Amino acid sequence: MRVRRIKAIAVKEVLQVWRDPISLMIALLMPFMQMILLGYGISLDVKHLPVCVFDREASQLSRDLIKRFQASEYFSLVAGFDNYRDVTRALDRGECQLVLVIPIDFTERLSDTGTSAVQAVVDATDTNTANIAIGYAEAVVGGFSSDVQVEASAMKGGATDVVQPVDAQSRVWFNENLESRNFIIPGVVALVMALVGAQLTSLTISREWERGTMELLVSTPVTPMELMLGKLAPYFVIGLLDAVFCLAFSVYWFTVPFRGTLVTLFFTTSLFLIVVLGIGYLISTAIRDQVGAAQIGLLVTLLPTTLLSGYAFPIDQMPLPVQAITYVVFARYYVTILKAVFLKGSGFLDLGAPILAMIVYAGVIAYLAARAFRKQLD
Amino acid sequence: MSAPAAAQIEVAGLVKRFAGVAAVADLEFAVAAGEIFGLVGPDGAGKTTVMRMLAGVMPPESGRIVIDGIDVIADPERAKQHLSYMPQRFGLYEDLTVDENIRFYADLFEIPRRLRDERIGPLLAASNMAPFRRRLAGQLSGGMKQKLGLICALIHTPRILLLDEPTTGVDPVSRRDFWRILYSLRESGVTILISTAYLDEAERCTRLALLHQGRLKYCDTPRRLKQLMPGVLLTIASPDARAVRDTIAGLEGVSGVLLVGDGVRAVVDDEARRLPELRRALASAGVPFGAVARTEPTIEDLFVALLRQDEEAA
Ligand SMILES: Nc1ncnc2c1ncn2[C@@H]1O[C@H](COP(=O)(O)OP(=O)(O)O)[C@@H](O)[C@H]1O
Ligand SMILES: [Mg+2]
Repeated sequence: MRVRRIKAIAVKEVLQVWRDPISLMIALLMPFMQMILLGYGISLDVKHLPVCVFDREASQLSRDLIKRFQASEYFSLVAGFDNYRDVTRALDRGECQLVLVIPIDFTERLSDTGTSAVQAVVDATDTNTANIAIGYAEAVVGGFSSDVQVEASAMKGGATDVVQPVDAQSRVWFNENLESRNFIIPGVVALVMALVGAQLTSLTISREWERGTMELLVSTPVTPMELMLGKLAPYFVIGLLDAVFCLAFSVYWFTVPFRGTLVTLFFTTSLFLIVVLGIGYLISTAIRDQVGAAQIGLLVTLLPTTLLSGYAFPIDQMPLPVQAITYVVFARYYVTILKAVFLKGSGFLDLGAPILAMIVYAGVIAYLAARAFRKQLD
Repeated sequence: MSAPAAAQIEVAGLVKRFAGVAAVADLEFAVAAGEIFGLVGPDGAGKTTVMRMLAGVMPPESGRIVIDGIDVIADPERAKQHLSYMPQRFGLYEDLTVDENIRFYADLFEIPRRLRDERIGPLLAASNMAPFRRRLAGQLSGGMKQKLGLICALIHTPRILLLDEPTTGVDPVSRRDFWRILYSLRESGVTILISTAYLDEAERCTRLALLHQGRLKYCDTPRRLKQLMPGVLLTIASPDARAVRDTIAGLEGVSGVLLVGDGVRAVVDDEARRLPELRRALASAGVPFGAVARTEPTIEDLFVALLRQDEEAA
């Protein structure tokens, strides 16, 4: 393996990208457009969800709880009912997204046992909205219940270290403002990497075949390994630059919190890039026309990253067989890592499993890619 | 068929089939150091396929290729160090400049930078390409592209040069540059295998191989090949060439009747016998004609006649 040849190929590749407006646009403009589109376009934030109430107790306490819902900007109270049949009908007609059912013994149980329950009936046709509605409802109830406890223990003159009785989901723990953008933006980094990486590399070998430059190239002493390294190195650098851009854009423009370390982020990003570039390269060696290669490239990288990585659509709400499939979607691990690094500040130790999965993936792809190119015409 | 003593390129029993159809069949020839060996034949004859197998970019089905003492089939990568291949289709990067292309190939062959820079100057000068160093290859004319291809092929001073139709579509001036470079290479001992569709160019080769349907039909020096000319080529001058053609076309022993400038060319199997017959036929048909002259056949005439002869025999 000769460094001089690898460098020659890398330089040539950079010059070609630099002089090709489309490649340049994919490399530089695409990340920006993706960030804007996905950052603003797909906001899963839901405001003023229509809520109906079935208050079976009609006490001071239950009315206090309802007032909390009224005060919340996430909900709008539309109607009150006094029987389950009306509740069902309102949900069926789509008059409300969520029905809050307060049991008859609400106050009684709270004063007896210190805990009580309310029922939230949700229209789950749209699982995402439903999920968010539940999250908001839990947050409202959670806020209410901790206030009640503080009051109660103050009245008893007891200690003030209260146990939060709210069993909120993890999303509520780490995304206190319930900003859905904070959930989506870290995953968009994966989308940008997948798009840029696969698009650019899926063209590199097929371009040589299509333009007739491959015949001359294979008549030189260059080895398949040198060719691969030389061709992928520039795209690896471009990918990392795009990652830096995405990170800066997320943090400074979308004000997504970044609680992890750059080392974790760039180590895992490098692994992800190896996988995406390797897949793009594999496609490029297999498909000799550029359009075909680009399309297949999108199909095997961007599509699963969009649909099955959990970047916007939570995996635990997918049907079980689909959930099983996500385990082979490499982006799943990266998205998990990204969200954890951004929002939880997780490090290498916390992320052992997904990082290991990505290392295995990167190793397999790199091995296949290194053996994929055969230096001859057929 | 003459096999030179010190063969620089040796091919034996070479076979290549595409989907069962033989593109190259049982090919055998040898080229000595310092030769300009021409591979000629109509489109689809198998010239490109032979070049590719020799260059080590396409494995043959069976046979033997030894170039500069290296078994190309067993060790194509080692052979590639010593040879240069210029594909029929332009193989350089159109979005790179002349200089960038040259440097790219110099790097792939690991030519030390100083040596490279020393070589570029004379190569550019010999091909009259010096003013275009910073032009994108895609903006060069057809002839300049081919000359750039040759420069890139020569940057690592190969001992063997494989050129697949390098002058097709090239203007006459560039073609002359091209051949001047080939002759000077030959003097410095480089062995050249060139395929060409221009049969006037074929005359410049030291030896020629005529390929037809993947088979080697004839292989010798241009002069000796011309002695193979079946019959004699005659040129009949006439103000009404068409009438002459129509009159003599069906005659016995006359073949390859062809309109040329101000008359007709035809091959006769026996000059002494056919010439009087021709004159008689033309006279009785009342066709006006002038001088009938014996003409030195070109390689083109020769190959057309040889291929026709083979077809008739088959
Ligand atoms: N890659 C290929 N696949 C299938 N057939 C091919 C291929 N290359 C050449 N051939 C066939 O082999 C024959 C010889 O082609 P080629 O070597 O290109 O001839 P030439 O260069 O003399 O025009 C032709 O019939 C051509 O169609
Ligand atoms: Mg050809």
